Amino acid sequence: MNGPFAFTLALGDDALIAAQRLAEWTTRAPEMEEDIALANIALDQLGAARLLLSYAGELEGAGRDEDALAYLRDDREFRNCLLVELPNGDFAVTMAKLLVLAAYQVPLYTALADCPDERLAAIGGKARKESAYHLDHAALWVKRLGDGTEESHRRMQAGVDQIWPYADELFAAWPDAPVDPAILRSDFDDTVTAVFAEATLTVPEVGWTPAGGRDGVHTEHLSYLLAEMQVLHRAHPGARW
Amino acid sequence: MSRARQAVAAVVDPEIRVVTIDDLGILRSVQEDPATGRVVVTITPTYTGCPAMDVIRADIRRALAAVGHPDAEVRTVHSPAWSTDWISDAGRAKLAAAGIAPPVPVRRDGVVPLTLAVRCPRCGSPETEQLSRFGSTACKALWRCRSCAEPFDHVKAL
Repeated sequence: MNGPFAFTLALGDDALIAAQRLAEWTTRAPEMEEDIALANIALDQLGAARLLLSYAGELEGAGRDEDALAYLRDDREFRNCLLVELPNGDFAVTMAKLLVLAAYQVPLYTALADCPDERLAAIGGKARKESAYHLDHAALWVKRLGDGTEESHRRMQAGVDQIWPYADELFAAWPDAPVDPAILRSDFDDTVTAVFAEATLTVPEVGWTPAGGRDGVHTEHLSYLLAEMQVLHRAHPGARW
Repeated sequence: MSRARQAVAAVVDPEIRVVTIDDLGILRSVQEDPATGRVVVTITPTYTGCPAMDVIRADIRRALAAVGHPDAEVRTVHSPAWSTDWISDAGRAKLAAAGIAPPVPVRRDGVVPLTLAVRCPRCGSPETEQLSRFGSTACKALWRCRSCAEPFDHVKAL
């Protein structure tokens, strides 16, 4: 796969799978305002996914549109990072995931906004403003839970400990990509470390750092997610409403 | 203003029906080919995932068909990215009249804007609080007035 296509596909898949996971909270969030917030963040991710996957389809030049890429690929053909496919867990795990994702997407989209590819620059310029709200929202909850009660602190720390190993994959060097994710790491570390400090949380020790999503090697969780996401489209090809 | 532009500018936002797409800054341009008369409309979404875009496109085509342009083309652009600063003064007044607090000006460094005070669109009090930064549509947050106790929508600065 050529560089720009693979990169655009990876970013589109990150956003698409994140949207699908976040949408699972709909009607199940701890309070109504949070239900609306998570649905809105999912919608932003879906918006970015549609733009990225449409463009990926054009770059590939094989006639695949956003729907073909979203609904007609199998798990091994997805290029999203493992982080976004992990189950939601409890609310603390979801907020730890959202914090890591947003703290990565904000500098990513910001760098993309200045890249020479006009289409990617437009998408980055648009999406970074939305991601800033996601980061703000996740940071607020991580602080509130981390620096809350003994029980909320325990669960927030457990959520961070569970998610942290998966952050590494986001910043794997990709030298021929329009933006090399490796250059985003220090920005990410600054953001997350500051949030953890205020939340009285400990940055976990880095040991095991799973990866493989960018090569199509996923956890089994992705297959179940895709089964639910794709079943309607595959059962009724071309259906409209 | 041409008849085509007039027709398109009058299309109302499907989710906030008190303002037009022109008021909101969603409408970027209406160009009419002088030779063929074919109209090309350019719009931009407020948020990338805005679910109203398909309806807006259909409404634009319907409005143009009604004034003699059945084959109009609607293009969607994402750059420059939409900003709440593009909402016109008339649009802000219409939002406020409908009980929706208009957005504050945006900081230009790409950081989430710091909201100093959002006035209650009903009683005008600055004693308000945010209940949720995400509201009934992608572009709004939910607030409450501490003076009159009414909840209200606030268009988030973007």
